[in-house]
Amino acid sequence: MPEADATQTSQCFQLKGANVSLTALELHFFEEDAFEETLRDKIRQAPGFFRDIPLVVSLEKYEGPTAELDFFKLIGICRRHNIHVVAVRGGDEDQRRLARNAALALLPATAQREPRAPEPAEEAVEEAAPTTPDPAPTAAGPAPAAARLITQPVRSGQQVYAPEGDLIILAPVQAGAEVLAAGNIHVYGPLRGRALAGVHGLSEARVFCQSLEAELVSIAGHYKISEDLQEQGWKQAVQLQLKDDLLVVTPLDK
Amino acid sequence: MAKIIVVTSGKGGVGKTTTSASISTGLARRGFKTVVIDFDVGLRNLDLIMNCERRVVYDFVNVIQGEASLNQALIKDKRVETLYILPASQTREKEALTQEGVERVLNELAETFDYIVCDSPAGIEHGAQMALYYADEAIVVTNPEVSSVRDSDRILGILQSKSRRSEMGLDPVKEHLLLTRYNPDRVDRGEMLSVGDVEEILAIPLLGVIPESQIVLNASNQGMPVILENDSDAGQAYEDAVGRLLGEEREHRFLTAAKKGFFSRMFKG
Repeated sequence: MPEADATQTSQCFQLKGANVSLTALELHFFEEDAFEETLRDKIRQAPGFFRDIPLVVSLEKYEGPTAELDFFKLIGICRRHNIHVVAVRGGDEDQRRLARNAALALLPATAQREPRAPEPAEEAVEEAAPTTPDPAPTAAGPAPAAARLITQPVRSGQQVYAPEGDLIILAPVQAGAEVLAAGNIHVYGPLRGRALAGVHGLSEARVFCQSLEAELVSIAGHYKISEDLQEQGWKQAVQLQLKDDLLVVTPLDK
Repeated sequence: MAKIIVVTSGKGGVGKTTTSASISTGLARRGFKTVVIDFDVGLRNLDLIMNCERRVVYDFVNVIQGEASLNQALIKDKRVETLYILPASQTREKEALTQEGVERVLNELAETFDYIVCDSPAGIEHGAQMALYYADEAIVVTNPEVSSVRDSDRILGILQSKSRRSEMGLDPVKEHLLLTRYNPDRVDRGEMLSVGDVEEILAIPLLGVIPESQIVLNASNQGMPVILENDSDAGQAYEDAVGRLLGEEREHRFLTAAKKGFFSRMFKG
């Protein structure tokens, strides 16, 4: 946890939870020349974007034969263009074994993520109008887009995710519920569950709530659990933000 | 058109079956043709509380699987004219409740009944989901303690996302909070959550508060729905709840500790 930084300097390293935004390459089939040509084409469109980026190869839409899936060649082509293949996502057992032989990390297919998390009353969710168009994506990642607005309580066991922008909730977030957003999270009611803002790494993201009773609050991977939140602003209207990698709670009326 | 009411809670042992028995009896006593279905396949209890366990021949699963007709399985209550019980199977698994089967049985019941009360099993698995799937209204039975409130919150989320009404985009299931085993003395001593606390957390309308009472246990053991104990506070509280379910305005009673005199403390529990 962030607070530990100052006290435990003797440790060689520290593990931290992190959410990083990655680019996925959705592979439909693999043929050496066609692959390199397409890649070159893409890079030509946005040369700055592709320099030294980490890349995940998604096999969820792969239709070609497994035998043609030569990861060594694929990695080689990417490296020639300064792209670093770090992992594969999805794929069947054979494909994943090939990937592992090429020293790639294995990520689960997206469809397998949270298969049972109930989508809270979709019909109650209205998409807010998109914010004014941003001039250009900044270096920190794509700018947050549309906010997601929730008007019903987020109940225990439910998960609400705003993958691109802010999340605005006009009802309580109950204990055992989880709300996540790429941008800020606003809760106009008590926040009793878990709130994770800036899940793609946006460290400027903040969490606002009318009553802080949360199980956990996280901003860009830096989190505090309920026990550590009791000290300040508990059961009060507060905002939480990152200051020097430390999660800081400030009352909203001051 | 019949109204389907599910009695549910998430947590076990909070009083779902007691409530199902009393609410269905209360509705039937007012002249509505009412059937109460035990969805707790494998652990059937409702027939015990309704005192008809010795008359069970066929059950809900038999009807679903086409081994018996509804008329063969329905048990007519001996006390209230318009009340029928559809018992659960003791020997089957909850997976025997198929969605199509449940729908077919409910549709057939809806042709002749005014109210269909579904007594849900505990938990949030298949059996509980089948019990709530077709509901128009839900009575969420909660005890005034933290874990029960948490589980009720969970089941409210499932009602909002996995019921037929939510999946078809119809009006949401109408939710009612029924607080059972309420002990004002213990609330005063800070040992129990208050009505206000629970209402504040769950944020759904309060249908009733049933005081903790020895009468409830005695009535269950004798196979008598509590609501028929007209002189008891618990029985009257259930009667009030039935009234509110039908849209009547009734003041909440039994919320504060009774000032008991020495003699009443000695002779009445």
